[in-house]
Amino acid sequence: MKRREFIKKAGKAAALAAVTGATGFYFHDRDMTSYAAAITKSRSFEISKDINYPVVALAKNEEYIVALNRALDAVGGIGRFVKSGEKVTIKPNVAWDRTPEQGANTNPVLVAEMVRLCLSAGAAEVIVSDITCNDPRRTFLRSGIKEAAEKAGAKVYLEADEDFLTFDIGGEILGKWPVLKHFVRTDRLINMPIVKHHSLSECTIGMKNLYGIIGGRRSQLHQHIDQSIVDLTAFCRPTLTVVDATRVMHRGGPQGGSLADVTIENSVICSTDLVAADSRGCEFLGLKGDIVGHISLAHRAGLGEIDYKKAGYKEVV
Amino acid sequence: MTIKTVRNLRRLSQVLFFGIFFWLILKTNFEVNLSPGNSGHIMLPYPVSIALQFDPLVAISTLLANGTIYKGLLWCLAVLIPTIFLGRFFCGWVCPLGSLNHWISEIPSERMKRKGKNKIESNRYKKYQRIKYYILLFFLAAALTGTLQAGLLDPLPLLARSLGTAVLPVMHSTSLGLLAWVKSFGIGPLGALAQGVYDVFAAIFLPFRQMHFHTILTIGLFFMAILIINRIFTRFWCRGICPLGALLGIFSRYAIFGLEKDASSCDHCNLCLHSCQGADGPDIGTRWRQSECHVCLNCQAACPRGSLKFKFFPEHEDTKDNPAPTQKIDVTRRKVAASIVGGLALTPLFRSGDAFEKNASPYLIRPPGSAVEKDFIARCIRCGQCMRVCPNNALHPTLSEAGLEGLWSPILIARIGYCEPTCTLCGQVCPTGAIIELTLRQKVGDENMPPNRIGTAFFDRGRCLPWGMNIPCIVCEEWCPTTPKAIYLKRDDVTNSEGKTITVQLPHVDPERCTGCGACEYACPVEDKAAIYITSVGESRSPENQLLLQRKGV
Repeated sequence: MKRREFIKKAGKAAALAAVTGATGFYFHDRDMTSYAAAITKSRSFEISKDINYPVVALAKNEEYIVALNRALDAVGGIGRFVKSGEKVTIKPNVAWDRTPEQGANTNPVLVAEMVRLCLSAGAAEVIVSDITCNDPRRTFLRSGIKEAAEKAGAKVYLEADEDFLTFDIGGEILGKWPVLKHFVRTDRLINMPIVKHHSLSECTIGMKNLYGIIGGRRSQLHQHIDQSIVDLTAFCRPTLTVVDATRVMHRGGPQGGSLADVTIENSVICSTDLVAADSRGCEFLGLKGDIVGHISLAHRAGLGEIDYKKAGYKEVV
Repeated sequence: MTIKTVRNLRRLSQVLFFGIFFWLILKTNFEVNLSPGNSGHIMLPYPVSIALQFDPLVAISTLLANGTIYKGLLWCLAVLIPTIFLGRFFCGWVCPLGSLNHWISEIPSERMKRKGKNKIESNRYKKYQRIKYYILLFFLAAALTGTLQAGLLDPLPLLARSLGTAVLPVMHSTSLGLLAWVKSFGIGPLGALAQGVYDVFAAIFLPFRQMHFHTILTIGLFFMAILIINRIFTRFWCRGICPLGALLGIFSRYAIFGLEKDASSCDHCNLCLHSCQGADGPDIGTRWRQSECHVCLNCQAACPRGSLKFKFFPEHEDTKDNPAPTQKIDVTRRKVAASIVGGLALTPLFRSGDAFEKNASPYLIRPPGSAVEKDFIARCIRCGQCMRVCPNNALHPTLSEAGLEGLWSPILIARIGYCEPTCTLCGQVCPTGAIIELTLRQKVGDENMPPNRIGTAFFDRGRCLPWGMNIPCIVCEEWCPTTPKAIYLKRDDVTNSEGKTITVQLPHVDPERCTGCGACEYACPVEDKAAIYITSVGESRSPENQLLLQRKGV
């Protein structure tokens, strides 16, 4: 074999060996360091306190739109919460394939009116979204939310796998968890729960409604339901909470189904304090804030005032 | 109109019918208009299973198996009666699987075996083409004794099943994968472009969510094999296997439309054979076989001398050089008898085993409105339409759950999806009545009528968080959609591992109220294997497979 030929052949083999070896070492990841780190950010959309307005306002009227407007005006009107050019996300409770009469989802009339109000205040964009339990298409359609919100000018987003961002919730129970981007990539967040019975947390109102912003293994949250609700409440601070107490489900919650379990209350609560809102809201179910685990726990964690009267409460007729 | 124009019309017809078939499969989907005021009946906007109702083999085999022709199946006469006059035009002009086989066969090959003289030889009539008649007779005889298996090989159900439960889901996951790959480059505009392309593609071809089907591999590989074999033998499936082609071949016995050959002008260039689809002997010197011809008209269009002509009442003398056509089917009496006897024996063979009744799988959970198993097997053609339309991806083709007899028939796998209480789509699309179309009232029940039940839920207390581990959980109760709930909670004081007394809520099932929808099993947070599961006992369709001696109330 000639020298030149030897160098050529041996060189090719050596080059391939070098590339193979280098590739192996390049991708070697013994400690699994390649997992992406979670995004951490404060998710507060709150506005500053204003002593001129009560923290919680309740209005009662057979016309849901009137009730909403009166309660909202009592806490300062839409202009206090939404400024021109802002992007607003509304988070109603759209969990189950149920009709508005059954009282399992936030009433579409209220959602549509809220959309209209935000747009009239100059919002650049209003998004309505939720992570449903039943099939999202059926749930958004049958609840009437999709039709009503779109007619009023909102964009309705159903959950899509690619729209989840991983967050470090930073709670006692909740660590890294997927959050739907619409609830964090926004300027203002309006929480629009409905008052319902719940067989584990006793009631589901504003704080429990935040379960709907996260995906993942959320049915396991029930193992520490009170603490996980409080963790979410600490993580996500809505600008405004509008509680739908027009039709209240007393039994068979949170899914319901029977009209016999629903009472007509025709009430809407607007509040800048989530804990106070829930504390007032749970009274529709014959409860008190301090006997409901997650409400009192949230109060103790300093996330809001359980005594809504002390916080500042007004009823408008 | 020249013959070339007619041939182009045939090509157009193939594309058109394939397009319609494919479009109907795409539309077998939850795309219905729900409005809030209407908590009533969810209906599909159009009859998406109509293509299957034109299938004469579906009609005849279900007629033999259960004695009636269900709903729209009478449409099959629109195929069958013209066939009696024109021959197997359906195979050459209409059948979507036939067209697919045609196109794949005709893609030019680099193999010498598929070119020139070799291709001409491969398009001569072969003995294996008889097999399809034996398969047909076997299936029809089996149907007569109660086991309907024709759908396994009937081209329309086969294609519907393959596209719906294998091809389209794979297209979905592939395009999602491509999208994620392009986005992973992190180039903004490129990602946005890919998203745009994906969105358009998804709007046309993809359902709302990626579907995942049980036994997708068996269906997908079988379909692939049918397509790939075209690259070796032109239209092997249509020539040798297809029982619908065989049926139409038999119905062509007295066709008045056929091939007339003029020997005097022929110089035996064999171009007719080169493009022949049915291997039916179009060349002069061979006997033309009506039952094998797909009436594609390629031979006439290819003939440079005008020696071949399709016409009504063709006639030419039977000579040694130019034998007259035959309408007889090339089968032997003994094998016909053997096929029929074999088919007749199929039901006893299946039913002497244990899978049918004696030891039926508890996980054989049929869709709501399904007929009792004996009638179900006499109707289900395994077209997979129910699986495709199910909004929750709850229905799946079986592998072994219904025994070999029920291969690829639908079952509900609650871990993947539960039965939506107010949904009746599976019954709406079923072309044969294996699943009858329920009204909303029949599905959910009311004071005077029980709901349709598909099974009953049971707890696995060792895996259940409150039962087995004193950990709070009420998810099954929360998801239970019946009113009042079939799953109820009982408070109980228990001692935990540290010796402390704590109160937990223990879930129970009330079998009186449970409909077996499987929402509890679907939602159970014990991820790998649910702590609550449904089995078929209590299903409305069966008088025997019951748990309770009597139900209270309704």
